[in-house]
Amino acid sequence: MEHYLNLFVKSVFLENLALSFFLGMCTFLAVSKKVKTAFGLGAAVVVVQSITVPANTFIFNRWLKPGSESLFPSLNEMDLTFLGLIIYIGLIAAMVQILEMVLDRFVPTLYTALGIFLPLLTVNCAILGGTLFSVERNYTLAESAVYGVGSGVGWALAIIALAGIRERLMYSNPPPALRGLGMTFIVTGLMALAFMAFTGISL
Amino acid sequence: MAELKARDVLFDPIFKRNPIGLLVLGICSALAVTSKLETALVMSLSVTLVIAVSSALVSMVRDLLTSSIRMFVQITIIASLVIVVNQVLEAFLYDISKQLSVFVSLIVTNCIVMGRAEGFAMSNRPWLSFVDGIGNGIGYSAILIAVAFFRELFGSGSLFGVQLLALKAEGGWYEPNGLMVLPPSAFFIIGLLIFALRAWKPEQIEEN
Repeated sequence: MEHYLNLFVKSVFLENLALSFFLGMCTFLAVSKKVKTAFGLGAAVVVVQSITVPANTFIFNRWLKPGSESLFPSLNEMDLTFLGLIIYIGLIAAMVQILEMVLDRFVPTLYTALGIFLPLLTVNCAILGGTLFSVERNYTLAESAVYGVGSGVGWALAIIALAGIRERLMYSNPPPALRGLGMTFIVTGLMALAFMAFTGISL
Repeated sequence: MAELKARDVLFDPIFKRNPIGLLVLGICSALAVTSKLETALVMSLSVTLVIAVSSALVSMVRDLLTSSIRMFVQITIIASLVIVVNQVLEAFLYDISKQLSVFVSLIVTNCIVMGRAEGFAMSNRPWLSFVDGIGNGIGYSAILIAVAFFRELFGSGSLFGVQLLALKAEGGWYEPNGLMVLPPSAFFIIGLLIFALRAWKPEQIEEN
């Protein structure tokens, strides 16, 4: 139990996907102008991440890992790890699509709240990155589930915090060339520095 | 539509419409691999190659694609190319591919690649798309290499692993700047680079 709690804290704070691995930056910078939209996107990432990371890890461990039993007995001898990438991206796209349909059917309020962000998640590197890290570090299924939730929460936390800062920045008066993107980068850098203060925490 | 010149298509993305500086695309991978010049260079080459080849391929099949399946086809083309690049790196540059870890695979979701396939290759001839891919790749590489140059020089006093500034720990004079090795420094450097680029070319300044 303690092991999982530790992994969770580590994935939220220490190894924050956005601030220490720079994943999902495109959407991170583009959608962080308002706290409300940032919150919606953050929620979508948590949901998708908690489903796809364990699912992809399961597929990898069950069928693709060298020595595992493959779907076609004649391929048992082959190392299929190189197929991983295409399978992950396919699974993520399919999951996002299914999630979209399920939400549309059963939780329409959440569906309208998330809006355009859901389909965009397919090409969010935080989602694919979560899977790749989980596979690379040889997480078991339970570990990957915890890691999926944790990394999603960490990403959501970072984008909501950045949106909060940017809302206040509207009233500041920086040099014209620094406005927008340049400023956002520097603020994100400062935030990343602040997050580094968590280094060394372990339960 | 005016005929596009190959030269403009090649050079525009470097300063005028830099994919990172102006369009905020593809920064995901840009930051994490820049603590050393060597990894940044390998990453730049891989990305340039993938953009150029995938744009050319997408452009070749563009007349066959209906809009409902085009995303699938694009992503499959891109993913296959990335797998090839990944395998080649693992075979010939094993150490560097270990350092780049998941970031080579993440080229799949690099928005520049997808953006050029969708935004340029779908409506232009293969040769122009190829050149456009190279141009955007160079624009991306320019930023990546600039950031890596500063981070490696000031962070560990070396370039390409060759010691240029003698470190204090080894009896020299240079005290390495620890911040430069840490992830946040990449944000600061890119922020300042964008600041410089926009101060030089004011038409890129954003409203608000």
